[in-house]
Amino acid sequence: MALQTKVTRRSGPRLFFQTVIGRAYPRIIGTQRDLAWLFFDIFLPFLSMVAYVYIYRALKAPEEYIGFVVLGSAMTAYWLNILWAMSSQLYWEKETGNLALYIISPTSMMAILFGMASGGLFATTVRALVILVIGNWLFHVSYTVVSFWALFLVFVLTMAALYGLGMMLSSLFLLFNREAWHTANLLQAPVMLFSGFYFPVRVFGFWAAAAASIIPLTLGMDAIRQLVFPSGPLLGFLSVKVELIVLSILSVAFLFGAFYTLRLMERLAIRLGRITDRLG
Amino acid sequence: MTSTELSPDVRAKTSALQTMRTSAWLGWKIESNWTDPLIFAIYSIIRPISTAAILIVMYLVIRGGEFGQPDFVNMYIGNAFFILVGAAIQGVSFGILDDREHYRTLKYIYIAPIRVPVYLVGRSFGSILVAMFSVLITLLFGAFFLKIPIVFSEINWGLFFAAIVLGLLAMISLGIILGSWTLIIKNNAWSLGESLGAGLLIFSGAVFPLNILPAPLQWIGSALPISYWLALIRRALVPEIGRAYPMYTDVSDGRLILILLGFTLAYLVIAALVYKRLDFIARERGNIDMVSNY
Repeated sequence: MALQTKVTRRSGPRLFFQTVIGRAYPRIIGTQRDLAWLFFDIFLPFLSMVAYVYIYRALKAPEEYIGFVVLGSAMTAYWLNILWAMSSQLYWEKETGNLALYIISPTSMMAILFGMASGGLFATTVRALVILVIGNWLFHVSYTVVSFWALFLVFVLTMAALYGLGMMLSSLFLLFNREAWHTANLLQAPVMLFSGFYFPVRVFGFWAAAAASIIPLTLGMDAIRQLVFPSGPLLGFLSVKVELIVLSILSVAFLFGAFYTLRLMERLAIRLGRITDRLG
Repeated sequence: MTSTELSPDVRAKTSALQTMRTSAWLGWKIESNWTDPLIFAIYSIIRPISTAAILIVMYLVIRGGEFGQPDFVNMYIGNAFFILVGAAIQGVSFGILDDREHYRTLKYIYIAPIRVPVYLVGRSFGSILVAMFSVLITLLFGAFFLKIPIVFSEINWGLFFAAIVLGLLAMISLGIILGSWTLIIKNNAWSLGESLGAGLLIFSGAVFPLNILPAPLQWIGSALPISYWLALIRRALVPEIGRAYPMYTDVSDGRLILILLGFTLAYLVIAALVYKRLDFIARERGNIDMVSNY
């Protein structure tokens, strides 16, 4: 006698959160199963940090700049995650044939994006923390935290805005084919330059720094530097309070932007027939 | 049927040179034809300039805008030519990954009557060509906007071309070693080339002299051909400033060329051995037609 399995159909918020958890799961659990990530995601990016630290050492820079590099390198992990595991993700999903399955499933694409973002944020935070701890230990970086609450708030808002931007970009990347890889590649170095990953962003002057602030990491890192390094406030671009307000606006704007661009691009990509194609 | 079972006539038709030429053409097409030439040119300019600009700004915030200083000139030239290192090293492994994971053609390459290592080396020429263009752009940017004192008539062209040829061979050998490793790994392979490139940046003396590093790390640098290659490039392009760079100051140009030649030959042999071994393991494990979707 065949066993009958009762299938429970989820809908509404429950389905939404179940999708978020389902999509976050492979990023949190799956990637940890292969311990090679310790070498590839921590040791190798760590080498890049060491290179920049020694450039400052060769230039006889003040020790705080070593701290800027360590902090910047930890934050690099987030930017790389946004570029390669958020923005390009729907493109990869299209290439591997999953995207069509996502779209025909009875769940929300926003939930899938939230799942990608939350899973990526968690996994990247683990990597960033390890890089930060080893960097601090190896190069004797010292911090003077002005306010832990302000620091926490800056971090949360920066990540909300950053992953909102990533969700928005992932929709835009749906229209790409081979350009996706090159676009992500192209966005890597210029953003690391103008967001001030290794130096205070105010060196570019007000307008250039203001333009660079569209990338949440610019203001996020500037605020963090002001909150954890004694010379931070002297080298800061705007006051932490103003940066918090701008980051809040960016968070909301990017999340709404992600919602609308996803709807728009999904429609457009379906119309152009680019959801299932693999043009090479 | 493997290439060894083919008649000499067929093998002669697909000579190494022919394979190299065709795969280089393929590599160039893959590198460049994803967009129109104008966007490709802009893309090729923005990337190297941004990377160089990170160093320029780091120098600017610490030392001010004195870009004619020997330490900056040496750092700038080292950084510009290091672009070639990354491209040569990544070229082979990216070729393998692209053909295996993206285009899924690596298995067909393996059963074609060609020598696979020759194909892979040729395949990397596309990225090397783009990198050469990036090096040129970076140098022109430095000469025009930062007044890097590269005087055309003072360049030692003989030394320059000898260093370029030997250096490229050495770097392609490193690329084959990395590419061979790529054959047997499933996850994270995409980031391998770039990450190892960053590692080599530390040990190559490209942007700071090796004597800044702790002694054991300096030894790693001395065992790499890149540090000798970059020293020769500096001496060829800006002879006086290049010789002032605190690396191998007591070694003559001729001796440096010989050292580079020795390392290049050694790395070619190592690359051949590593490829042979890892290629066997990859075939045994069934990695050649693997799609990891990672």
